[in-house]
Amino acid sequence: MNAIDKTTLSRRGFLAGMGGMSFAIAMGSDSAQLFSTEAQAQAAAKTINAWVRIAPDGIVTIYSAGAEMGQGSKTSLPMILAEEMDADWSKVVIEMAPADRDVYGYTFNKQRGMSIVGSRAVMLYFNDLRMAGAQVRKVLVQNAAQRWSVDAKTLKTEPGFVVNPANGQKLSYGELAATGTVPNPLPTVEAAELKPRSEWRMIGKGVPRRDTPEKVNGKAIFGLDVSVPGMVYATTLHAPVHTGKPVSWNDADIKKMPGVLDTVRLDNGVAIVASSFVEAKAAREALKVVWDKGAAANFDSDAALDAYAKVSADPKAQVASVEKKGDVNAAFASAAKTFKADFRADHGYHAQMEPLNAVVRIADDGKTAEVWEGTQAPDNTRDEVAKSLGLAPAAVTVHQCYMGGGFGRRSLGDYAAECATIAKQVKKPVKLVWTREEDIAFGMFRPASFQHLEAAQDASGKVTGWKHSVVGDGGVLLLTGIRIPYYQIPNVDIERRGVSNGIRLKHWRAVGHVFNVFAIESLVDEMAVASNMDPIQFRIEKMAAIPKLRRCFEQVAKMCDWNAPRPDGRALGISLSERSGSLGAGVVEISLNKDTGKIKVHKVWLAVDGGTVVTPGPAKANLESGIIYGLSGLLHERITIKGGEVQQTNFHDYELMRMSDLPEVMEVHLLDSTERPTGLGEVGNPFLGAAVANAFYRLTGKRLRHLPFMPDRVTETLVS
Amino acid sequence: MVSFNLNGRAVSVDAKPDTPLLWVIRDQIGLTGTKFGCGAGLCGACTIHINGEALRSCQTQVSDVAGKSVTTIEGLSPDSSHPLQKAWVQIEVPQCGYCQSGQIMKAAELLAKTPKPTRDQIVEHMDGNICRCGTYHNIIAAIQLASKEG
Repeated sequence: MNAIDKTTLSRRGFLAGMGGMSFAIAMGSDSAQLFSTEAQAQAAAKTINAWVRIAPDGIVTIYSAGAEMGQGSKTSLPMILAEEMDADWSKVVIEMAPADRDVYGYTFNKQRGMSIVGSRAVMLYFNDLRMAGAQVRKVLVQNAAQRWSVDAKTLKTEPGFVVNPANGQKLSYGELAATGTVPNPLPTVEAAELKPRSEWRMIGKGVPRRDTPEKVNGKAIFGLDVSVPGMVYATTLHAPVHTGKPVSWNDADIKKMPGVLDTVRLDNGVAIVASSFVEAKAAREALKVVWDKGAAANFDSDAALDAYAKVSADPKAQVASVEKKGDVNAAFASAAKTFKADFRADHGYHAQMEPLNAVVRIADDGKTAEVWEGTQAPDNTRDEVAKSLGLAPAAVTVHQCYMGGGFGRRSLGDYAAECATIAKQVKKPVKLVWTREEDIAFGMFRPASFQHLEAAQDASGKVTGWKHSVVGDGGVLLLTGIRIPYYQIPNVDIERRGVSNGIRLKHWRAVGHVFNVFAIESLVDEMAVASNMDPIQFRIEKMAAIPKLRRCFEQVAKMCDWNAPRPDGRALGISLSERSGSLGAGVVEISLNKDTGKIKVHKVWLAVDGGTVVTPGPAKANLESGIIYGLSGLLHERITIKGGEVQQTNFHDYELMRMSDLPEVMEVHLLDSTERPTGLGEVGNPFLGAAVANAFYRLTGKRLRHLPFMPDRVTETLVS
Repeated sequence: MVSFNLNGRAVSVDAKPDTPLLWVIRDQIGLTGTKFGCGAGLCGACTIHINGEALRSCQTQVSDVAGKSVTTIEGLSPDSSHPLQKAWVQIEVPQCGYCQSGQIMKAAELLAKTPKPTRDQIVEHMDGNICRCGTYHNIIAAIQLASKEG
């Protein structure tokens, strides 16, 4: 009764009058003859390219391919296009793009994708959307030029109009769309035809987020809010050990419970289907399942880190090289001084506020299906649902919903595919809702890791050699943030030693950066202290920090008045931050309660170079959000696994940062830049581990080397 | 059948007495602004008002509200005109937005009892409501703004 009416209506509106041709238009092979002046406004709405359609009443509908999980992409991406086409923003309507990566995807590593992970939305769509907007403007200008029989080059645009400066004549985009023609193929646009930066009306200033009004009155539709006629409810009990499979369960008893309609065997668990979620949940609690636990049956997360340490020290361990530069052995052999340190990090859980859920409806003939989900990757959802139903991806329609947080968890389409499997068996539309307990127990975690680092200094104190070895499970998840291109060190050897233990792992807001930058910048601080140098000067003079990073350090030093004395019991710590092309430098001011082991972060300053900033408000909010998320992970959150089972069950034993832990000062600054935008969603948190640990050292003379810094661990470090 | 007043209207629902009010409101009545976050009274996403008091609807049995007056985010104002809703929009508080119904309902209880709260009073009152996007500083600013203009 909610999203379904909205989405089907708007799609129907779009397709009405377009017939089968609308797809052809959407693919870019347009035909001008499609449109007639007599047609009604809605029917005559003109699709200029795959992103935009303009109706005779001047309403411009722009697709947003940016999954909305709070970062503001749903508004910022269409705004980029609207800027370049000079649309009147008050007449722009935003719709979520269909889940078709060939049309609406970005290109990354030579592949098309729609997955909004790694802070990619603005960064990867910026150029494409500007070009698309410029194409639309060019078509409109050409149409006006034809109408007025003038040279298109003499015309200009202002929001919503083509203008002839010679005589002041104006034609609205709506009037042009009503009668104009769209050439096939569309005109190409050269980079030089894009609006100069000085003429930007919205980029760099921003517009109010379109999702705000409906997020203060309960009207915003998240996946959990969708219902379709005839829908039944499902919830799941997955194997408590991640590698487990169900062998048998008390099926007859469960099926006798009130409201229970069916049970469904999943590869990794059991689903209960009932007429209400409450009944499904009650049956889930009554399930008694015999599990085949599989390979992770004896996994212990503490013991695993000890085992990783052995792998790190084992000369025979299998090594995957990440980067080799120069002659590291020679650098260490000729070093005046060398350093080495080990670091550990535990698993982390996403804890997005909205537990995972999806709605799937399969057509009666089984040939098509619809899915409603809040997903970071609608294209992956489409593929996975199609696969689980034995359909072609094109037979699956994805209705994108708002996400109650993503943070990297929601890009696989896994729970939507699970919902499809259930819907196929029960032959009814199904809403699948995981409980919070399920969301944690069968979570996909930020990997745990062990890190060994070494550095070599020559006689002048310059850092000439760098070794970084990371041990853990999770493959490439371990490697984000492990390279150090921002320090110009001539001899570098970076490697991964892979371990496989069957625990489910996934991206988690900057993922590897959390533990890699912690390790890197902790060691750098140790070297600065040993060199008796200011840590900023050390990075600039002895590690050859690149100018972009140097500017960030200089900026943050100003923001926090780096050299000013602090009150007794307080200390500063500093670290760089880095993610998805953005660089930053951050400082924290902390105190410590030595009785409880609780670290309090009082002040945080962060300077970031993220290239051109498209919407300053949400950009700043993303950085602040990263800081809170990072501090929460650093000081409050820890997943532990014993006997293969996750020990935490809900927010009483997996605690998240609350308002009372908010720093008193949180200041972020985006440096001026004319470079293309880089990622801002995840550069807000990678600096915090080292910044807090480095401040802790200044306060106590002790080094924190194991993330997170829970009070018991802090206390252990103090007495060590 | 349990009868109560919901957002100013009399409603009667056919639900087992121990059904959590959260699911009655969301799935039987169809008002989905009230959110499910933890199901255990730990996060505050399901906060509503019962006779003016902010409570967790996931921990409230539907039988407990018989004859009482329940307000959800949809009933806080007819047109998003509550001073808190206006302040939330002005400061652009929400990111993912999932917890914000609960935050606003919890804050509305505070302003009803303490129209001009101090920062400490705000933090103490709001500390049970989790925001995973970390909008806490903006929530404080919005409550302060609403308390000035409200």
